[in-house]
Amino acid sequence: MFKKALLAGVAASALITGTAMAEGLSGDKVVVGVLTDLSGVYADIAGKGSIAAAEMAVADYGGTVLGKPIEILSADHQNKPDIASTIAREWIDAQGADVIVDLVTSSVGLAVQGIGGEKGVVTINSGAATVRLTQKECTATGFHWIYDTYSLAHVTSPAVIAEGGDSWYIITADYAFGHSLEADAASVIAEKGATLVGTVRHPFPSADLSSYLLQAQASGAKVIGFANAGQDTINSVKQASEFGIVAGGQKLVALLAFLSDIHSIGLELGQGLNVTTGFYWNMDDETRAFAERFNEKVGRMPTMVQASVYSSTLHYLKAVEAAGTDDGATVAAKMKEMPVKDAVVHDGTIAANGRMIHDMYLMEVKKPEESTGEWDVYKLVRTVPGAEAFQDPKESGCALVE
Amino acid sequence: MFELIGIPPQALFGQLLLGLINGSFYALLSLGLAVIFGMLNVINFAHGALYMLGAFVAWFLLQYLGLGYWWALVLSPVAVGAVGIVIEKTMLQRLYKLDHLYGLLFTFGLALILEGIFKHFYGVSGQSYTTPDLFKGGTNLGFMFLPYYRGWVVVLSIAVCAATWYAIEKTRLGSYLRAATENPRLVQSFGINVPVMITLTYGFGVALAGLAGVMAAPIYSVNPLMGSNLIIVVFAVVVIGGMGSIFGAVVSGYLLGLLEGLTKVFMPEAANIVVFVIMVVVLLLRPAGLFGRER
Repeated sequence: MFKKALLAGVAASALITGTAMAEGLSGDKVVVGVLTDLSGVYADIAGKGSIAAAEMAVADYGGTVLGKPIEILSADHQNKPDIASTIAREWIDAQGADVIVDLVTSSVGLAVQGIGGEKGVVTINSGAATVRLTQKECTATGFHWIYDTYSLAHVTSPAVIAEGGDSWYIITADYAFGHSLEADAASVIAEKGATLVGTVRHPFPSADLSSYLLQAQASGAKVIGFANAGQDTINSVKQASEFGIVAGGQKLVALLAFLSDIHSIGLELGQGLNVTTGFYWNMDDETRAFAERFNEKVGRMPTMVQASVYSSTLHYLKAVEAAGTDDGATVAAKMKEMPVKDAVVHDGTIAANGRMIHDMYLMEVKKPEESTGEWDVYKLVRTVPGAEAFQDPKESGCALVE
Repeated sequence: MFELIGIPPQALFGQLLLGLINGSFYALLSLGLAVIFGMLNVINFAHGALYMLGAFVAWFLLQYLGLGYWWALVLSPVAVGAVGIVIEKTMLQRLYKLDHLYGLLFTFGLALILEGIFKHFYGVSGQSYTTPDLFKGGTNLGFMFLPYYRGWVVVLSIAVCAATWYAIEKTRLGSYLRAATENPRLVQSFGINVPVMITLTYGFGVALAGLAGVMAAPIYSVNPLMGSNLIIVVFAVVVIGGMGSIFGAVVSGYLLGLLEGLTKVFMPEAANIVVFVIMVVVLLLRPAGLFGRER
């Protein structure tokens, strides 16, 4: 009896569920669905902040498009593609969703983009990183906004290799995103004549990464790259310092780290890390003004994913206005014609495969004494033009590119 | 043999030691669960959330009162224990007469509420908590670099587990406790206040979770999800060790830590499931767990 109950408990705990907060609305309006992680490891990267960003975009646009109201739906996909797919179908079929944004977590992003393609609904990935979204699995209505694994690898890795980091060991999160980032980094490493000493894949998520770090330490590689995200990256950097890896002369590279991660790691442990980002709040007056408004609403500075949700939602609304319809295929075509210009992305273009191409920034985490405030964490090392940072659409293998 | 599978023995020792460190957390948490299950017959699903609470109390103490790690090591388990006592007195106590599933569902709900509250106010990226000055740095053991703090975790965990085992199995108070679980009415008739004893046992069990939380704070970032990530594994540890067996919980905690450590070298992708595979095998061969007895 006791055992049965205990086993039931073990099973029940696997079902720890967040609350889905879909609001039921449909009709003569534009419906924006924010499908995000509200309860899991990416809730600070995207989550409530992404919903707030979409709300800001709608408010900044004036609340109506073509004289119709704009509605926002939001739900927690719990980082599970099956849950995300169910919600996306529900939204499209029953609630008339016209566009689905955010989509943090690559496995979710791929699944929902597939559904959007099949049903002719626009999907704009901001949170998911895998470059596969704009490669073979591209769709006519699928977009990928602020960053991807290709750009992360092609901005950070060459800079590190140029500074003498010519042997690498990569610690990878074992799912679509990690694999994608690892593959992109490996190809840059090979291209630049550096060597990849080894890789190890850890389950996602993992609290204790010391075992993998030790394997990386023993490899003798000059650079240890983390192809993971969020909490996994935070723990990787913290524990690397604990095991004297940095003190031993190996360089750490977080191939993907968000502002919230660096904030959590702290400058003491994070200083000197190279990070690639598509948005940073403290770049110019426009970004600062946007970030301040966001901070007032949410209580944190926006991550690049949250900023991207703002930019992409705004661009979608502009395209609906210009196209005079909310038909997915028509709006998607219009989105690709129009330049992307707002407080977050000042000068972007969208390629035929759905890739939004814009400047990326290689940052370095500041030393504690260089920082003037809680969120003042990066200094700009280099602005990398979009054409250099992102994959040439012609090489993407996407059937939509001529 | 090691070379055959490409792992030099030195790396193996390192991984075993790391496994022992993780096992220390498993052992401390499963010990608390086993004590509570053994004495109260309650499956305490709030254990992970209370472990998280322990870490957060440590962070609060540092952040708002300026009290460091050593204070937290004492105050945080006391605070978590006090919370546990309030929970037991006001709510859990009423469920003893009902089916065990009620206790499970209640504590599960409690865990979700606690996690939800902390997620709402503190987000999920976590707060950083620095290693105490005494344990900054580490030493090179030849086969691996051992951070002093991790060494301390192993030592403290073994000491606490041994002391708890001794108190329950070898002292007079422990004998009362064990007797009260067998036949509460009889023990009460000897003039021992069984309800108070049960309350204190629950408080002690969750205080162990709080202690583990404080110990974890400098290693992992203090975040609301830290408990739910761990609790499932810890439940599997308790099942493998044998329900309610204190010795079994502790030993299987360390053993599974070691096994998981090895898996991380030989087949890293499987590190998260190895514990559950072992659970299945153990249940097939010894349904009462390694050290449990059928009841």
